[in-house]
Amino acid sequence: MKLLTLNFLTCARKTCKSLPAAFPLHPREAELEQVETDMNAALIKNILPRLEWDAMKTVTTELGLPNLPAETPAPEDLATADGEPSQTLKDLHVLLMDTAVVSGKLVCGNCGHEYAVKEGIANFLLPSHMV
Amino acid sequence: MDYLIRFVQMHESFRQAETDAIADLEGLQMQWLHYSADAPFAIIRFTGPTGETTSAARTLIARSILATSIHELWGTGPDYPTLHTSIRALTSAQWPAYQHTSFRFTIDSYHSSRPLASQHTLIESFAYMSFTGPIAMRNPANHFTVFEESRLDAPTPHRLYFGRLVGASGRKQALVKYNLKKRTYIATTSMDAELSLVTANLAQAAAGKLIYDPFMGTGSFPLACAHFGATVFGSDLDGRSIRGQGARSVKANFEQYATASNYLGGFVADLTNTPLRHTRTLDGIICDPPYGVREGLKVLGSTRVALKEVVYLSDGTPAHLGANYIPPKKGYRFERMLDDVLSFAAEGLVEGGRLCMWMPVAGAGEEAEYEIPRHPALRLVSECTQDFNKWSRRLLTYARCADGEVDADALLAYRARRSVLSEAEIGPEVKTTANNLNAFRKRYFEGFRERSAESRCD
Ligand SMILES: [Zn+2]
Repeated sequence: MKLLTLNFLTCARKTCKSLPAAFPLHPREAELEQVETDMNAALIKNILPRLEWDAMKTVTTELGLPNLPAETPAPEDLATADGEPSQTLKDLHVLLMDTAVVSGKLVCGNCGHEYAVKEGIANFLLPSHMV
Repeated sequence: MDYLIRFVQMHESFRQAETDAIADLEGLQMQWLHYSADAPFAIIRFTGPTGETTSAARTLIARSILATSIHELWGTGPDYPTLHTSIRALTSAQWPAYQHTSFRFTIDSYHSSRPLASQHTLIESFAYMSFTGPIAMRNPANHFTVFEESRLDAPTPHRLYFGRLVGASGRKQALVKYNLKKRTYIATTSMDAELSLVTANLAQAAAGKLIYDPFMGTGSFPLACAHFGATVFGSDLDGRSIRGQGARSVKANFEQYATASNYLGGFVADLTNTPLRHTRTLDGIICDPPYGVREGLKVLGSTRVALKEVVYLSDGTPAHLGANYIPPKKGYRFERMLDDVLSFAAEGLVEGGRLCMWMPVAGAGEEAEYEIPRHPALRLVSECTQDFNKWSRRLLTYARCADGEVDADALLAYRARRSVLSEAEIGPEVKTTANNLNAFRKRYFEGFRERSAESRCD
């Protein structure tokens, strides 16, 4: 699963769902892969205002990836004066779209439940006593 | 000038909805001057402020799946003398511009056919336009078509059109490319290429958009959305369907179509306990929920009291931490699932974002009895029907209203009824038989209908 996805996911338990402590899920023992994908400036531009930037920063730090800017980049930071993708956009693209979690765990900061990731697929099914 | 859209004569109730969705997505204003479910020819007019209608027509047709081409309408009439009069009146001033270019004439007869000799005679009757350019069967500069519309078994056509081709759709290429027979990974429930692509059009899938399928299966809808440039992800209660086997997986399908860049990934989850945050991030949600036709609906949980506590294995470790643990699932009712999908969509879609949801209905055609599920924050955009013998299925498309358009009282009432309903279903103290659930459901829907009449945001 590409890293962008982690910004949409929280703990599946109803008792954690809306709690700030449950988001973002913390990657543990995560094996990452980087696969170059086509630059998708339209998507990044569209999705950027919808992202929880602090959660992005937390996840990148925990994964030992290069630090993100302190604030969400502004739309005008995404293109150079001649309309080409800026370095900021390229960096964001590598992080959000080219980087993926292949295996490991996603851990809830509130209840401690661990969701396994195998072959790039996270499993959010809960045992009965947690539903 | 008006335009003739050449549709395919199938999936009739989807055709206008698809065209309307594309027009809306591309910002084209148009009106239907003539449309009949019984014929493949429809007439439209662009009504927007931009004068350049040829490019509008090409944009409108390019991604259509249920239309094959669009033509400038040069004339129309119930018989040939009237058609010729109409063509002279509408277009004689334009003929000189086409006089020396290469051209081709064809006849497109619906519900009838003409022998070759009769076709030649017919084409000769258009000689008054005096085109003197070379006739080119391949890649002519201008391609003119006589459209003949007949009723089944009628001796002569009752409506005629004459048009100049301005654009063709990608229907043929897309259907060949996404044909299930040539797809790496499919299952018996995979939606066919044609209706998957139509659904993606109704969801207004496009570059830059983010679209999610909560019942992804083998990925038919996300694949179709990625075809139109959208970025997609999905989930499924059954991890095996995402993972597939060996080289056959959802991911491999995206690789086959060279859209792996558009695929964020899949995860295993249940819509009633979704890990997706309550936040408005999605441009589209597209799904064909599993309605339990084969195996009964299942969600996570169990009605067995013993399973509400942690289960320990004989070695003292909790069962749910085991590598091969399979969570128990309980029955789940159809209406509850529809409600869950609508509520999820209302909470997850951005303003104007679309939900496309398929649902099966007992009975076909006019006889089918069913109620369209509603949510105060979702406006029904279109309802399309695919009829089978004794049942049919509907594709319901909704758009997320702007928050300011949602009736706050209706929303509160909806949520209150929903929580009462789920209490009644999952509370251990309430014995629910199918009958009292149905009666409850009836009141539930009736109460909501009265409310929704005043709260509709359209
Ligand atoms: Zn949790």
